[in-house]
Amino acid sequence: MAQALRRIEIDFVDLFLWLFRTAIIILVIWGTVAKVFFGVGTEYSTAAWIDFTIAGIAQGSLYALIALGYTLVYGVLFMINFAHGEFFMSGTMTATVFVAIPLASAGYLDSNPFMSMLAIMLTAMLVSVGIALLTERVAYRPLRRAPRLVPLITAIGASFFWQYFFRGLYGSAVVPFPNIPIFSGTIEIFGLEILRTRLVVMAASIIMLVGLYFFVMRSKTGKAIRAVAEDKDVAALMGVNVDRTIAITFAVGAAMAGAAGILYGLMFGQTHFFMGFVPGIKAFTAAVLGGIGSIPGAALGGLFLGVIEAVGPPLFLEGLGIPGAHQLKDVIAFTMLVLVLIFRPQGIIGERLAEKKA
Amino acid sequence: MSLLEVSDVHAYYGNIHALKGVSLNVNEGEIVTLIGANGAGKTTTLRSISGLMRPRVGWIKFSGDDLAQFKAHELVRRGVAMVPEGRGIFARLTVAENLDMGAYHRSDRSNIKKEMDRVFELFPRLRERRGQVAGTLSGGEQQMLATGRALMSRPKLLLMDEPSMGLAPILVETIFDIIKEINANGTTILLVEQNAHMALQIAHRGYVLQTGEIVLSDSAEALQANAMVQKAYLGIE
Ligand SMILES: Nc1ncnc2c1ncn2[C@@H]1O[C@H](COP(=O)(O)OP(=O)(O)O)[C@@H](O)[C@H]1O
Ligand SMILES: [Mg+2]
Repeated sequence: MAQALRRIEIDFVDLFLWLFRTAIIILVIWGTVAKVFFGVGTEYSTAAWIDFTIAGIAQGSLYALIALGYTLVYGVLFMINFAHGEFFMSGTMTATVFVAIPLASAGYLDSNPFMSMLAIMLTAMLVSVGIALLTERVAYRPLRRAPRLVPLITAIGASFFWQYFFRGLYGSAVVPFPNIPIFSGTIEIFGLEILRTRLVVMAASIIMLVGLYFFVMRSKTGKAIRAVAEDKDVAALMGVNVDRTIAITFAVGAAMAGAAGILYGLMFGQTHFFMGFVPGIKAFTAAVLGGIGSIPGAALGGLFLGVIEAVGPPLFLEGLGIPGAHQLKDVIAFTMLVLVLIFRPQGIIGERLAEKKA
Repeated sequence: MSLLEVSDVHAYYGNIHALKGVSLNVNEGEIVTLIGANGAGKTTTLRSISGLMRPRVGWIKFSGDDLAQFKAHELVRRGVAMVPEGRGIFARLTVAENLDMGAYHRSDRSNIKKEMDRVFELFPRLRERRGQVAGTLSGGEQQMLATGRALMSRPKLLLMDEPSMGLAPILVETIFDIIKEINANGTTILLVEQNAHMALQIAHRGYVLQTGEIVLSDSAEALQANAMVQKAYLGIE
């Protein structure tokens, strides 16, 4: 009897999920068709569509850089490091306050933009790495043998801790990231007007993504990271210092986040103690989308999310007649997160990583 | 002095008392086998030796050094390598990358290359599949890979946990022939087996482990002739 009831219940859930998914697919198609064939909402020029796409790619490459941190740590510890957004914020704010702003007031930012950018970026990366190593050592390593929920909750605690720590340090006001003239304005490429910041962000992201991929696939340390991800005991038998390799994994992810933070500052012109929260969750979404644990997955997931966030609102949301559609891009991101978690937890291109340890 | 001395080791999993005072020793150049039924504590013994577990009581010495002072990852440098239970290959790394991991603590590239060639001579199948992801290998090939990977560190002592597990009889013969060859080339071996029949054929000496205790120890011939061993482990009535 109880058995029979249970079956019916599950069927209702399945039915509901199926309806949910179908409704969303229909809405997206409906909106797109309405927009493309019936011109609902604002009419955009081809150049505008290209601009949306490029904005999406630039934003998406930032998501990708941040997503790497989630994916690398998940790969070795099967843990979602919810404090990763704070690694991103801490380096960015510190480098902005102590390097970027002083350099700007000294005029050095204008006279030596590339060297300055390098110094700002390296500072951000170093601080992010430091915060990450501290968090790993103090908050996560002692919990290595605890049930999986424990480090997850600790990560949320660490996230709050760092947010309010840096709020205490730098205040709760927005700290503007200085404008660097050579990186502002637009540049014409193939007859397209492209914002220079976007170009810088895309180029820097691609270099770092490719560099990281080769580091993980080719270097000895990268091999150790992959070995630890598969089997910590056997990796130790091979002579790998597992604790140190896990710390390196955190450090690499945090370095990418720190660099992404400066690119974020360059693109949006501001930093804030809460700036890690939304990009952190978006990047987590990107990592899940691409299949958490997979490096190419994080890159593709980030780009995909960035583009759909930028193109989705003017396309299908406006097509559905929703007013102020561009303000709803977060809704798209989180709807995608929910959809992927329910229907394809291994991600779009991901392998079923979680199965082994879950 | 023995190469490996295990003295009165007690090991626990929480409250489960898995090893109740295990003592054994392995001399340089020997193949010593530790036989016992499923759950007797064979794997626990090897995990204690390799530092993956710490004995609560007792000590383990390798080349005269107490191993309690070393972490698991510091042992391979001192000359201890293990072929873990269930092979423990890195399924998503290639065959060559798995072998590289075996030489992880070394940085002399040219010697590593030589070592890999030696492993490929021992296991020609691995050479053919060097670029292949290890998870796609057959069970026998995975066992060869796990053994080759352990040899990459040029160990003085090789710990092997049930290398015959899950292999077809012909492959078991091959693996045991290779174990003999590895030993003839100068590597001391502690071989854990449920397959007492095969293990006692190649070993010099053996220990019988029952529910965490050593109940017998003798030369391999004497164990083969022992009535209790014949009945319990060799299936001879
Ligand atoms: N991870 C573990 N947690 C709890 N008990 C364990 C664990 N591993 C092994 N044991 C117990 O310890 C005893 C010895 O196990 P093991 O050393 O694996 O035996 P063998 O390798 O001889 O089959 C068994 O009773 C087993 O149930
Ligand atoms: Mg066992």
